[in-house]
Amino acid sequence: MTRIIAAVTCLALAVALQVGRDRAFPRNDPKTQQVLYVRSPEALKRIALGFDALAADVYWIRAIQHYGGDRLAPRKPHRYESLYPLLDMTTSLDPYFNIAYRFGAIFLSEAYPGGPGRPDQAIALLRKGLAVQPTKWQYYHDIAFVHYWTLRDPVGAADWFRRAAEQPGAPNWLMPVAAAMLTEGSDRTSARFLWQQMLGAEQEWMRRRAQHALQQLDALDQIDRLTAIIANTPKRAGEPYSWQWLAAARGFRGIPVDPSGTPYDLDPVTGQVTASERSLLFPLPKPVEKRK
Amino acid sequence: MRPIRHIALNVFRESVRDRVPYNLVLFAVLLIGSSYLLAQLTAGQDVKIIKDLGLAATSLFGLFIAVFIGIGLVSKEVERRSIYSLLAKPISRPQFIVGKYAGLVLTLAVNVAVMAAALYAVLAYMTWIESPDFKAAWDAPGVDPALLKAVLLIFVELMLVTAIALFFSTFSTPILSAALTFGLYIAGNFNADLRNFEQVVNAPAAAWLARGLYHVLPDLSAFDIKTQVVHGLPVSSLYLWSTVAYGGAYIAALLLAATVIFSKRDFK
Repeated sequence: MTRIIAAVTCLALAVALQVGRDRAFPRNDPKTQQVLYVRSPEALKRIALGFDALAADVYWIRAIQHYGGDRLAPRKPHRYESLYPLLDMTTSLDPYFNIAYRFGAIFLSEAYPGGPGRPDQAIALLRKGLAVQPTKWQYYHDIAFVHYWTLRDPVGAADWFRRAAEQPGAPNWLMPVAAAMLTEGSDRTSARFLWQQMLGAEQEWMRRRAQHALQQLDALDQIDRLTAIIANTPKRAGEPYSWQWLAAARGFRGIPVDPSGTPYDLDPVTGQVTASERSLLFPLPKPVEKRK
Repeated sequence: MRPIRHIALNVFRESVRDRVPYNLVLFAVLLIGSSYLLAQLTAGQDVKIIKDLGLAATSLFGLFIAVFIGIGLVSKEVERRSIYSLLAKPISRPQFIVGKYAGLVLTLAVNVAVMAAALYAVLAYMTWIESPDFKAAWDAPGVDPALLKAVLLIFVELMLVTAIALFFSTFSTPILSAALTFGLYIAGNFNADLRNFEQVVNAPAAAWLARGLYHVLPDLSAFDIKTQVVHGLPVSSLYLWSTVAYGGAYIAALLLAATVIFSKRDFK
């Protein structure tokens, strides 16, 4: 018993010495979070020695942590720079890791600062998935989404929606969506329809993403209405635009808030209404170009 | 058959005395701990990762048991000089080798069976707590009988690694046997690259040599169907049983070679 107490005391002493030394001589360790020790997926696949699926899981967890960490870190340089290599590694180690392709594409295509704003990498990742499973309609659908939502390219989106519709097991609403893209040149109604389809998705994260996008569309509608109200409200020359002015003129109670509950910003000079940078919905999608 | 059974049971009892089953506790703690932690880290992929982790741990724990006990099966008896009293009994040398092998395979079988049962228990719990919506997004059911296909091939692979360790144990020291077994395990996992060597090197002789090595070295990568099973992809019965048969034939070859070498050893 004495020896056990002595051993525990010695260990406690060692820990105390370590803490004291670290305080006296702060260590300047490199940040390990960003380090990718192996950059070649093929090399890693060999090093994994049959444990490649488990290695893929580790890289997937790292990708999520990297994305989440950078998204929450304010004004951090080189944000999301390891996201694509981590997802590439994950999907090379486990080529059937569906969620890594689909979720990864959403991460990558998300506009800065919510994501790296790299739709090209999102499409490349999904194309990699298609090389393994060429009949997976979900990957075609996701590429179409990137074209439509991020690249604002309804023609490209229509082509990918059509390809998705041609795959076995694809839902029957894909072809009408492709047609709508081509005929209407795409508008918020089409976008709302697409995201409402996603609300019925099996994955919870996809449903959450759809709810987020629908709230963004609601915010765009609200901004349009507010802009119209501001344009039609009389204002004295030289008076700045402000919510107080609008409230007094139109009888508003308080500052208008977006669907996430964050007040809108109003430019005092131009009178332009925008979503606040503090809003969970920021940045709002840019308008889609109408087809000529 | 009786001497083989006696030797096998003794090897099994010895492994229990050596506290080998402790790894099962570690395995259970690893799985239960991970199932709790992973739910918060993996964006809904916890069941997939538990399956990956369970199968990988079964394979890895079994590998360490197969190698570290396998290399001492014969050499320990020689070192302790108990081999003299054993061989003085009506036990032939081939019976001794086969008995030792069967004992370790029995230990591994119990180990793999308990680990598979623990994995299924954790998966059953996770399936029970998840909502039907969430489960609909899984590639394969949580409690998937197809996992047994992967478990079967892991077990056959471990039997093969045990045979390799035992083979080296008949003529080499434990440290060298461990190094050679691990070396062969690594080479066996790279085996698929040897088959396609001619695509990398433009030398027919080297390509032929690589092709020869591909056939001579154990093709351990063939036993790895973990990814397919976890994603619910089909694994044909023909592939499964032909791989089992390949493993059986290779094990038989190794055991025969081990008995030949051991029969020729002079213990005077």
